[in-house]
Amino acid sequence: MTALWTKLRRDLWHARGQAVAIGVVVACAVATSVGSVATARALARSRDLYYAQSGMPDVFADAARVPAAVAGRLAAVPGVADLDTRAVGDARLSWRGGTARVRLISTAPDGGRLGRLDLRSGRLPGAGEAVISEGFASATGLASGARVSLTVNGRMEPVTVSGVVLSPEHVYAIPPGGLFPDDRAFGLVWMRREAVEDALDLEGAFDQVALRLARGASVPDVVEQVDRVLRPFGGLGAFGRDRLLSNRFLSDEIRQLDNMATVLPSIFLGVAVFLVAVALSRIVAAQRMQIGTLKALGYGDLAIGVHYAGFAAAVALAGAAVGVALGHAFGLYMSRMYTAFYRFPVLDYRADPRAMASAAGLALAASLAGAAGAVRRAVRLRPAEAMRPPAPGRYRPTLFERLGAGVLLSLPARMSLRGLARRPVRSLLGAVGIATAVAVLVTGSFFTDAMDFMIRLAFEEALRADATVTFTHVVARSAGDELARIPGVLAVEPTRDLAAILRNGQRSERVALAGTVPAATLSGVVGEDGRRITVPPSGLVISSRLAKLLRVRPGDAVQVEILEGRRAVGELAISATVNDVLGLGATASLATLRRLGREGDVITGAQLAVDPAARDAVARALDARPGVAGVSWRAETVRSFRGTIARTLLAFAAMLVGFAVAIAGGVVYSAVRTSFAERSRELATLRVIGFTRAEAWRVLVGEVALQLAVALPLGALLGYGLSALSSHAFESDLFRIPVVIARSTWLFGLGVTAAAALATSLVARRWIRRIELADALRSGE
Amino acid sequence: MSADPRGVVFEARGLEKVYRMGEVDVAALRGVDLDLYEGELVVVLGPSGSGKSTLLNVLGGLDAPTAGSVRWRDHDLSRADDALLTRYRRDHVGFVFQFYNLVPSLTATENVALAGEIARAPMTAEEALALVGLSERRDHFPSQLSGGEQQRVAIARAVVKRPDVLLCDEPTGALDVATGRLVLKVLADVNRDLGTTAVLITHNAAIAGIADRVLYVHDGRIARVESHDRRASPEELAW
Repeated sequence: MTALWTKLRRDLWHARGQAVAIGVVVACAVATSVGSVATARALARSRDLYYAQSGMPDVFADAARVPAAVAGRLAAVPGVADLDTRAVGDARLSWRGGTARVRLISTAPDGGRLGRLDLRSGRLPGAGEAVISEGFASATGLASGARVSLTVNGRMEPVTVSGVVLSPEHVYAIPPGGLFPDDRAFGLVWMRREAVEDALDLEGAFDQVALRLARGASVPDVVEQVDRVLRPFGGLGAFGRDRLLSNRFLSDEIRQLDNMATVLPSIFLGVAVFLVAVALSRIVAAQRMQIGTLKALGYGDLAIGVHYAGFAAAVALAGAAVGVALGHAFGLYMSRMYTAFYRFPVLDYRADPRAMASAAGLALAASLAGAAGAVRRAVRLRPAEAMRPPAPGRYRPTLFERLGAGVLLSLPARMSLRGLARRPVRSLLGAVGIATAVAVLVTGSFFTDAMDFMIRLAFEEALRADATVTFTHVVARSAGDELARIPGVLAVEPTRDLAAILRNGQRSERVALAGTVPAATLSGVVGEDGRRITVPPSGLVISSRLAKLLRVRPGDAVQVEILEGRRAVGELAISATVNDVLGLGATASLATLRRLGREGDVITGAQLAVDPAARDAVARALDARPGVAGVSWRAETVRSFRGTIARTLLAFAAMLVGFAVAIAGGVVYSAVRTSFAERSRELATLRVIGFTRAEAWRVLVGEVALQLAVALPLGALLGYGLSALSSHAFESDLFRIPVVIARSTWLFGLGVTAAAALATSLVARRWIRRIELADALRSGE
Repeated sequence: MSADPRGVVFEARGLEKVYRMGEVDVAALRGVDLDLYEGELVVVLGPSGSGKSTLLNVLGGLDAPTAGSVRWRDHDLSRADDALLTRYRRDHVGFVFQFYNLVPSLTATENVALAGEIARAPMTAEEALALVGLSERRDHFPSQLSGGEQQRVAIARAVVKRPDVLLCDEPTGALDVATGRLVLKVLADVNRDLGTTAVLITHNAAIAGIADRVLYVHDGRIARVESHDRRASPEELAW
């Protein structure tokens, strides 16, 4: 059998162009799968390890003010194994060079039992000291020894930073009401219990409790009991770890990576199946005499079958080997990117031999499936029949010609058209193959479009304010109006943000409820179509996704429970739903919230339009006001967003685009090469009867152009579908990637494919030059 | 070479052709001197591997000699580049092959038109098909034609351009005797009626009778030339 192996090696070398094209597609499929699985596993493993080591709580609850003695009643709740009470509140941190909104959290001298802090540098805080979160430290440049001032409830205190830490409850640290980490504008600060209690006026009390459950305890049961205990103390509703925002983002990310590990490789392998089928069919057709000879020499069907299947297997395994290496590197890179905002003490990235083996196995299976038809034909060929040249294929005029339009066609055009019409399925599959290249290209760059669109929607259409001011607590509306007197502030619009639970029957969702003035121009609700929704004087505007979760429609009423102050409960009508892209938003007018909460004309923040020339002066003036908890500047938020989430998504998109270009190249090369191979005898005949090289080349290019004419529109259609599918795979309750495809993306997808076709067509000039006229005509092969 | 009242169409001197097959050189032509005259029908006879196909390829501008010269009228084919050789084949040469080499996706008429469309002063495809007696099969595709019919379409495709020379490589090699006779008759008729110089290579000695001259090729050389005063009619042939 060594002779057959030698032949296989030579066949592979001879068909190296197509073998490489198929190998590239297989490598892309395997790399995407291996990389995504490894990244997802790395995140999951790092999370699990960190949660286990740090005593990550299972249930959390916030309340207004709970006397310390109540902790004993919580500990007695059946199923509770351990608990940790805390004092938590909003504050502002100022240092030379900036201010930021921070979440001030109490901690035990040893870092706490549950959700223990992991010290990255320095030491845990003593009296007059604080530790800060790592992301915040690296974004602001603050480090151990830095002297800062902390403003809580209008009182400013000097504090020394003693260390930098990580917290398992804040792996993904986002400001309250926000969706993206903004480490420059928001941070986490831990201080000794006494200091925090003192600052927040919580002496002898706590306002947050974290609980760890005994093995086998039911989260919903404990949540219900804890709620019962905390209700008299302004309990805001206990929730399980799965609802903890940090954990939820992390779990969504892992789920998205798992989706990606399935969807994209499947599509890529589909392309590979097709390429193998086409390439091997052609080889078997071209080698029919050889197959006949081998059989005449006594080689059995099994040997012949294995020989041709070996071609597919060799290409798949070589592609898989490259893909495994590439995927490993890609996973490592992606995991490192993630650590910029998912902060773990240790990122446990490992090569995953099982994922590698299964991706390679799948690639091999796909390749063999593609080879099956051609292998079967080779096995079934009878020696006597194989030794004769094949009879000319059966052709007939196409429908187009039978309708009388044939006179419009040149003879080469008729050749191409009839060739395509003779094997419609195969021709269609050929077009689908090229169309897939377009689709993958479009989808790869669609993510960039979606990101730009989301940034534009969120930071240009919805939020037009230059600065968003958050007050330390609920203040009279006049406090907002006062901001207008700061020189450089051009306009002020008050806002009222509060946490609320919306209920419809059994369904309920905890949301951040935003209150605005009805004619707000600096902030507002904007739909996916860019349309601005006017907030009605009464009633609620909610996101479509929230409406879906609550099963409500415009006109329906929902029960609203405000999770602060008097814990007012009332009914509000849904006046509109908006197809927005971020989170589960709900918006009402200030007047509506005032009526609902039975409170005065109060606000929690303001949106400002600021004269760009006066930006620094305005920033200083705002920082000087003790009632201001924080100011986020739109330009900085956009920069921060682009620097973190957008960067990761774009890194992924860049990789996808790289793969897409490789696949487009492979598919198109393979298509042109196949056309050439199938036409080579005809092309030789044309050359012999006097066609110039250029004329023969134009016959080939005409056929490629015909395939492209079908494939490009089809590809655009597939591209839209694949983008929608990807958007769906990435969708979560927290955000949604809209299916927005820019014109430049269409041009890119279609252009790269057309360019690949053009480049291959130019290479085909060399193939035509190399046709040995005398040889091509002598035998029937 | 004997003088002939007719003009010389091809003149080959010291023609050599060496193929490099892997590590070894194989000499296919080892110094061929040859004159072919206007309007004559020449049969080149020789066993497999004698170099007759190579000779035909060089005459047809499909291959260049390693040494020596070959002239077609006042054109030096041995020094022509691809563009000139293409021009030469397009305007002056009609090829007929053992395996017909028709384009399967084109009808008989269209296959013939393929050559006619790029020629300088062609006859119509219909005329060419009438010449080979296939007018009634004009709209058939190759798969709908017998071997002999396919070969006649190939001859029509070769003559549609009114070539100066018709080069036929084993034109009856894939056909049965009766069909072979018919094809030879068509070739002989074209040669006689259009005055086209025809070179027909074969290993089948029985065909030699229809020629004006027979060139016996052996081991890359012309071993012997035989002239016939009277050409046999293809119907008289038997093999």
